[in-house]
Amino acid sequence: MLLILALLPFFGALLVAILSGASRNLQASVAAATTGAALALLLAYTPAALTGQTPAVQFDWIPALGLSFGFFLDPLGAMFAGLILGIGLLIIIYARFYLASEDPMGRFLAFLLLFQGAMLGIVISDNVLLLLVFWEMTSLSSFLLIGFWRHTAEARQGARMALVVTGGGGLALIAGMLLLGNIAGSFDLRVILASGALIQASPLYPVALILILLGCFTKSAQFPFHFWLPHAMAAPTPVSAYLHSATMVKAGIFLLARLWPALAGTDLWFYLVGTTGLVTMTLGAAIALFKTDLKAILAYSTVSHLGLLTMLFGFGTSAAAMAGVFHILNHAVFKAALFMNAGIVDHEAGTRDIRRLGGLATLMPISATLAIVAAASMAGLPPLNGFLSKEMMLYEASHTVWNGMTLFVPIVAVIAATLSVAYSLRYAVHVYLGRTRDDYPHKPHDPPFGLWAPSGLLVVLVILIGLFPGTITRPLVQPVADVVTGNTAGVFAPALWHGLNAALFMSMFAVAVGALMLWRHGLIERIWDVLPLPEAKRLFDFFIDRLVKASRVFAETIHNGSLQRQLTLIFSLAILLAVEGVMVGGGMETGSRETIPATPIAIIGWLLLIGATVAVVMSQRERYLTLVFISVIGLIVSLGFVYLSAPDLALTQISVETVTILLLLLALNMLPKKPARLSSNSLRLRDGLLGIAGGAVAGLAAWAVMTRVPNDPISTFHWENSYSGGGGTNVVNVTLVDFRAFDTFGEIIVLGIAALAIFALLQPATRGASGARLRAWVPDFVRSPERHPMMFVVATRLLFPLAVMVGIYIFLRGHNLPGGGFIAGLIISIAVLMQYMASGFEWAEQRRKFDEHLMIGLGVIIAALTGIGSLLFGAPLFTSAFGYFTLPVVGTFELATAMFFDIGVAMTVIGAVMLALAELSHIAQRADKEDQVDHEPMDVDPARKRKVMP
Amino acid sequence: MISIEMLVASAISVLTAAGIYLCLRGRTFPVVLGLAMLSYAINVFLFAMGRLVVDQPPIYEKGVTDYTDPLPQALVLTAIVIAFGMTALVVVLSLRSFLETGSDQVDGKSDSETDERLP
Repeated sequence: MLLILALLPFFGALLVAILSGASRNLQASVAAATTGAALALLLAYTPAALTGQTPAVQFDWIPALGLSFGFFLDPLGAMFAGLILGIGLLIIIYARFYLASEDPMGRFLAFLLLFQGAMLGIVISDNVLLLLVFWEMTSLSSFLLIGFWRHTAEARQGARMALVVTGGGGLALIAGMLLLGNIAGSFDLRVILASGALIQASPLYPVALILILLGCFTKSAQFPFHFWLPHAMAAPTPVSAYLHSATMVKAGIFLLARLWPALAGTDLWFYLVGTTGLVTMTLGAAIALFKTDLKAILAYSTVSHLGLLTMLFGFGTSAAAMAGVFHILNHAVFKAALFMNAGIVDHEAGTRDIRRLGGLATLMPISATLAIVAAASMAGLPPLNGFLSKEMMLYEASHTVWNGMTLFVPIVAVIAATLSVAYSLRYAVHVYLGRTRDDYPHKPHDPPFGLWAPSGLLVVLVILIGLFPGTITRPLVQPVADVVTGNTAGVFAPALWHGLNAALFMSMFAVAVGALMLWRHGLIERIWDVLPLPEAKRLFDFFIDRLVKASRVFAETIHNGSLQRQLTLIFSLAILLAVEGVMVGGGMETGSRETIPATPIAIIGWLLLIGATVAVVMSQRERYLTLVFISVIGLIVSLGFVYLSAPDLALTQISVETVTILLLLLALNMLPKKPARLSSNSLRLRDGLLGIAGGAVAGLAAWAVMTRVPNDPISTFHWENSYSGGGGTNVVNVTLVDFRAFDTFGEIIVLGIAALAIFALLQPATRGASGARLRAWVPDFVRSPERHPMMFVVATRLLFPLAVMVGIYIFLRGHNLPGGGFIAGLIISIAVLMQYMASGFEWAEQRRKFDEHLMIGLGVIIAALTGIGSLLFGAPLFTSAFGYFTLPVVGTFELATAMFFDIGVAMTVIGAVMLALAELSHIAQRADKEDQVDHEPMDVDPARKRKVMP
Repeated sequence: MISIEMLVASAISVLTAAGIYLCLRGRTFPVVLGLAMLSYAINVFLFAMGRLVVDQPPIYEKGVTDYTDPLPQALVLTAIVIAFGMTALVVVLSLRSFLETGSDQVDGKSDSETDERLP
């Protein structure tokens, strides 16, 4: 059931995406229904979770990596899940009314649910690797959400910035989590949480901590990574309300709370986390005071509050952590309400610029009431929920000693609190109070019920929690705080009145001075404006710009349009690696294996091969000649395979050789035959040296391996199981169609794709610049007057059935004797190609009865079906079955399912070879300037002659 | 004494050297030839990883304990066919680019530039 909870949002996202054509109401209902269902499921689990029963579910995913697909619901997870789903539901309702009719609702809700699922995954993951998967998913899905209005540059830039910062932090987090898991000896979250002492004693602790904190701080927009958050405000307001109150940015805070038992309590933790939080809290509050866009104000206030939370967890004391837990809840509630409110103002008044607003209270009384209450809570005024947690924060700050200084933290905290009062009140006063203006872009009025109700509900919560904090929140906050602190938090007793303590005086000071600052806001703003403050976005842009430039210089150095440059680099690098392999650990030592003495014939073959290779290099600009030499090499290689007990390879090599030479001939027909020399002598010397170096290491490595005794090769298994398991005695073929059939399957797909790519390259070659060149092409070789010599035509036609029969024979015996699908396919292709060569393209094409595309497709499908077929019988993919049958006359014979697979292989090979060569000859035929394409099979036809001479 | 292993290793050497040299030429056709050479070299190299054995083809018979390693053969068999597919693709690619641009150079220089340098 917990699995259902985890997967419901994704299911909803899929459903909404499928319903992209349906009405907006239906889409919103579906999204709300799945979220509601998930929420209901969560509520059903909550009592168990809060009483410490921790419902859990676990499946193995990749056990070898310690990655399991496991979820558990403890109080902390339940609280966050509640925020994610509860506020998520309200946001969906709000978004239904907020989004304009031209915005694609389905896409929006699908992204939102995707994000919701990712967030939910983070908070209930039982395995840190799984948590990382969801973590990355939030970065990606928030990218989609922030950039939802993709037609605006700000949205795209904001989304990209968020992705760069949070995604970059995510990478650090991955490294940190791997270290953490390594230290704790498990990636199981609960094991990690239980091994806090072990982790903190490890020498890797500082590295792991810093990496994890990088992930948390980037996600939670802590200084100096805070700048992405305000730019993410380019998103539609529902997104901002969701991402920046309860979810995305809280993920970092969640992780701080989650890993608190394992990581917190050290000095390093205190100084890193506590100080970062303190700085962020103050800085965010200060900037918020001077922003003019409502959403920017709220964005920086979010930064500030995230800093506050980070600071509380950073203090490392149980009481502070408990205050942090409480404030997570409070902040989510009032901040979501305020973001929704900013959206309402934008929607109804037509602007979010605070300088153009004011006096809206009488025009929009409902919105005004909600905003003023929520803002008062954010300011920390009694009797609202924000007041309670801010008091707690000030109390904790008041007795925190920073590097021996007792007053540092309290003073900075009061400054932040003061600024916070000022910007919160500014939101209420400058938007709603004051004189009504007559220059609003729209005529403002209260929005429809659906738009204000979600924030209304949240504001009711703000007041209720403020008035009855113990009753409402203790059942939730107490167990969460116990989990976070490992039962050291004590009793959670929030109250409006704590007596006259330091926190109260600090709070009173903050409210008084904050109000004063708002009163003289104009003056302070002028001072702020003249301060030389670095702008984070400009720094970020500068940094990115530099990075792009550096990458470009690097890429253009390697990819300067010259293939030679790239290949030189690749070859050099490969040779260096090989040389390294030679130098280290006796890589080139000759082994003790007995060598085979060379026979004179072998030496002659070797001489031929070396001679042909040298000849190819020497005569490389006499292109037709090189083809003759290169075919000599192919023949010697085939002979070598025959001699060295590889009959299958010899058959394959010799048939591939034939096809390759035909192919090169056809291509060369259109290419320059004797090109001018291109390279200078020095260049040729350099390439020659590079070649010799490469050749030397390759040869030495081959020599070293060949002279050593094999060390228990895995092919022993293949040999022993070939007949009993695969039903064939040709072990090479059984390996291809059974043991490694999946591999072979991939290979025929590659072959098919190569043929289709050739088709795609040559089909449009008759158009455009290439077509013009084809039409202007003049054959540069003298053609034989006999285009289709009679002897050749007659011989190939007689040979055709024989060749096909040989192909079928080779195919049938392949399972037990040298042969098989690959070779048979090649032989049959050659049989058909002979007809093309002898009788002409047109004549052969007209008589072709099969479609090459279909052959390729069918071949792959047949092979796939054979493989899948074995699944039906409960066997692993591509297991073959076989049996022996007896027929009269024929005798006993074997049938194996592998044969179907081999038929698929053969069909794909035939289709691919024919397609490649037919397309090439087709191009050549197009280019021929002959007026009439001859349909006659031969130049000399005795029958025709008789007609002419009666 | 000359052994078969020596011959095969030196053949691999020469083929690789020729392949690298041809791949670094400035026109498409020698590059194709170079790739073909390199595929010979690599296929033979892979095949040689199963050690060289004479007269013991990997055809199973009960009781036979001496046989050549069938696995590299199976791998090389598909490699030969794939190498053909790739050669075909590269040939066609070079043909199309020649038809499209009128030049078969891959050294990143235009024809005129080259003609000035090396008439």
